[in-house]
Amino acid sequence: MSSDAKIEAPSYNDVKALVATKFPKTVSLRENTKKNSRADNEKRRIYFKADRKVLLELCTYLRDKLNFEHASSVTAVDWVDHMEVVYHLSNYFNGMLLEISVDVPLDDLTVDSVANVWGGANWHEREAYELFGIVFKGHPKLERLLTPKYYEFYPFRKSYKLRGQE
Amino acid sequence: MNLYPHAIGMSADEFMSWSSAMIDNMVSAGTKRTVNRLTGPVWAWAMRNSMHPLHFGLACCAIEMAAASAPKHDAERLGIIYRSSPRQTDVLLVNGWISKKLVPNLRRLYEQMPGPKWVVAMGECAISGGPWYDSYNIVQGMDQIMPVDVYIPGCPIKPDAMIDGFLLLQKKIDAYFKRGNFMED
Repeated sequence: MSSDAKIEAPSYNDVKALVATKFPKTVSLRENTKKNSRADNEKRRIYFKADRKVLLELCTYLRDKLNFEHASSVTAVDWVDHMEVVYHLSNYFNGMLLEISVDVPLDDLTVDSVANVWGGANWHEREAYELFGIVFKGHPKLERLLTPKYYEFYPFRKSYKLRGQE
Repeated sequence: MNLYPHAIGMSADEFMSWSSAMIDNMVSAGTKRTVNRLTGPVWAWAMRNSMHPLHFGLACCAIEMAAASAPKHDAERLGIIYRSSPRQTDVLLVNGWISKKLVPNLRRLYEQMPGPKWVVAMGECAISGGPWYDSYNIVQGMDQIMPVDVYIPGCPIKPDAMIDGFLLLQKKIDAYFKRGNFMED
């Protein structure tokens, strides 16, 4: 198999090996360390921690070469000292689910948009923007999705307090 | 002088006694009160038996609203007929959470309804926000944005509770018209 060809249904080991050779330092695999986890050839979930500089390149590679055609969700997590953007990608042919998490520092809440890689990520990114205030660079239309346009706060951040809270 | 229900249909003798009593009443109490006593019961009778709510299903309580119209409860026997245009309705039945984005539209629907009009808050969400208490995006109760006449509690309410609420509203409509509104805005 040549290195350019698309792999229709990559196995866990394929994805692990190919991503490790293509992005040796910027993307790290998080192994599942649970006792009852499956053997490597049976695993259908992969966890990656990626550097945000290579995110767009990684996503394009995963879609074009490893055939992850579907972005199930793009969402964010507020860890108070930093934020994290989480992508769930899936492959239609073997049901493999791939999770990429990207750390974003609080003083620069930007990450590259993948809306042009997967069209479905468009609204997910807008939702993450309106709820967490993370700016997706290169997004075709980064506006609030469901909340009113006059909102000046980001309700899902930990720093946002409701009336009943202190 | 008992004007009601003989104002609808009466015999010749009844009409003679009724009309002379009306003239006496007009002389003693004045035109406005007489007309009110004469027409108020008719308005009340007509209005309370044709409460037309706006067909505006917001959330799960709208399912109960539909169940109240179904044969088992048959809200239509009380004249609760849903109309799709606010211009043809008397009652604004709000059945669900009101997000802040909806407020201008709901307010506009309310203002498009011809008066006299009534507002019914149905279910916990419309009364106080319900499960969305303290939410960043939900209005904390219908009465924050417009006057409410009848509250029907429940989550979701039962169809019989909705019928009960409308029977309560009937009493309110009755009292409003019997108080008299001739030559009033």
